Amino acid sequence: MPTTETVSEGRIETKAEGTAFRVGLTGRLSVRDVMAVRAALAQTPDGQDCRVDLSGADWIDTSIAWAIEGRRRQVAGKGARLDVVGASDKAGQLLRTVAEAMPRPEAVIARPTTVAGLLEAAGRRVAAALATLAETLGTLGLFLARLARSVIHLREFRLTSLVHHCEDVGLRAVPIVALMAFLIGVVLAFQGATQLRQFGAEVFVVDLIAISVLRELGVLLTAIIVAGRTASAYTAAVGSMKMREEIDAMRTLGIDPAAALIVPRVLALVLMLPILTLIANLAGLFGGALMSWIELGISPAMFRTRLIDGTDVSHVLVGLSKAPVFAAVIGIIGCQAGMRVRGTAESLGRMTSSAVVAAIFAVIVIDAVFSIFYAEIGV
Amino acid sequence: MADPVIRVEGLRTQFGTNVVHDGLDLELRRGEVLGVVGGSGTGKSVLLRTIAGLLTPAAGRIEVLGTDIRAGRQEALAGLRRRMGVMFQDGALFSSLTVRENVEVPLRSVPGLDPAVREALARLKISMSGLPWNAGDKLPSELSGGMRKRAGLARALALDPEIVFLDEPTAGLDPIGAAAFDALIRELSRTLGLSVFLVTHDLDTLYAVCDRVAVLAEKRVLVTGKVEDMVKVDHPWVREYFLGPRARAAQGKAPAAEKAR
Repeated sequence: MPTTETVSEGRIETKAEGTAFRVGLTGRLSVRDVMAVRAALAQTPDGQDCRVDLSGADWIDTSIAWAIEGRRRQVAGKGARLDVVGASDKAGQLLRTVAEAMPRPEAVIARPTTVAGLLEAAGRRVAAALATLAETLGTLGLFLARLARSVIHLREFRLTSLVHHCEDVGLRAVPIVALMAFLIGVVLAFQGATQLRQFGAEVFVVDLIAISVLRELGVLLTAIIVAGRTASAYTAAVGSMKMREEIDAMRTLGIDPAAALIVPRVLALVLMLPILTLIANLAGLFGGALMSWIELGISPAMFRTRLIDGTDVSHVLVGLSKAPVFAAVIGIIGCQAGMRVRGTAESLGRMTSSAVVAAIFAVIVIDAVFSIFYAEIGV
Repeated sequence: MADPVIRVEGLRTQFGTNVVHDGLDLELRRGEVLGVVGGSGTGKSVLLRTIAGLLTPAAGRIEVLGTDIRAGRQEALAGLRRRMGVMFQDGALFSSLTVRENVEVPLRSVPGLDPAVREALARLKISMSGLPWNAGDKLPSELSGGMRKRAGLARALALDPEIVFLDEPTAGLDPIGAAAFDALIRELSRTLGLSVFLVTHDLDTLYAVCDRVAVLAEKRVLVTGKVEDMVKVDHPWVREYFLGPRARAAQGKAPAAEKAR
């Protein structure tokens, strides 16, 4: 039965003509019409010849040529023929080019999912995780070795780089760290006040704020902010240098990448994180004192007296003692992730986010270990 | 042949106070391969990006397929984009997608296209660009520079554009790979009837592929014409470029390349 279908800039006619099935294409046919052309060609009854008439076609694109050529191969497989008639020079050439370029599928080796396969995948992941851990320890060792080396050869030490990174990770982080700690102090005072008021023990809010901020929250939250801020920056900086072969260039020029990139960065963090922690402690106490004054009427003088009487200086030292360890871990994880970046921009993004996650996780785990340690020795 | 697909008149581009082009006129005729040459910093790539609509010029008129791209409305420009394909210098493939998925990206804008057909068409374009079947399943980072360029070309050709912009197609390829890429451009431009805007430094490409050459210098198109006629131009840079030792070597090779075709 003859049919005519109008598409965007052309027409497709199908008609049974004697023993052959005729498909006439008219106008301009492009990839937008390829589904319609395919459907029309597919109407050819099995075993019957097909004639594609292009005499009315002004222009066809490669997708239409592909559809015709694909159908020709199908029809030929069933012992019939598909002829193209009335093709212009251009269309004929296009059909020949497409026929030559028709891709030949290659067998893809598919691996079936079996229990053994799943176990193998799990095993590979565990091994890869252990290898990463070992590599991180290796970077730590490298950092210590290069640090010791630069103590002996002071002339080789990169002071400018160290100062630059100190400014970047220390000075520029002060506003956010101080603000965060101030708000934590405010929250603690507010929450502590509502609970302690029930027992008439409002004044103990000073102890609550002092001990929790000085011992735990000041250093832990500062480390988490620095992990998010600096570990990612380190990974991105080192990783993009790795991507653009700058690190290989350094090696060929006789510059040790570990001494030039890792030592100043990690050392800057180790120097700056205790200072940032101290600032966070002060800001936290200030926020707490302010809120205690407003909410509970504890005057700043009373807060100060209570703070000095009730809080031992050991809490400050316990808090500050963790800072260099956190700093080293954050710096090492950040640089290490940067060194593991491979070639693509995607790998850079993946390593950056995994560095932040790993650094924050490591900080929390180490904090837990410190808590147990100090509880055991009774500080 | 006289029918121009791109007409640039009085183009002026500038970044801040740095004027790159001033009063630049250029024409790309239907079905021809136009080679754009010029020293480093003369704004060849800037010109390509301006015509392709990636940069906005300060003044002038750019007409692509009869539409003024500066005055045209958004929908008209989107339709125009589909009739142009751009191959960037290193392919600019999306690094998180396989080569086949990269070629499928422009095909996704076609309404009602079956995913299986889309995949098959992408495979066809990959094959037409001279890449083997299994290259389609690889990520761009797993390919060599030459293969990435071919993949970039396959993506540029995905929607059968009328105009193709090629930015330094043979830069960074070895001479054999570069000659093969030249031959590919030549063949595809002939069989698909493409108009090609080709920015290059490569003299071999100029002799092997280009119908006409436009020389960029002094912030405008200094001269256009057949590559053979360039030696007659009396301008120090053009003389240096087309009569230097490398140019003579390329000229010597040109007849051989002609025969090989």
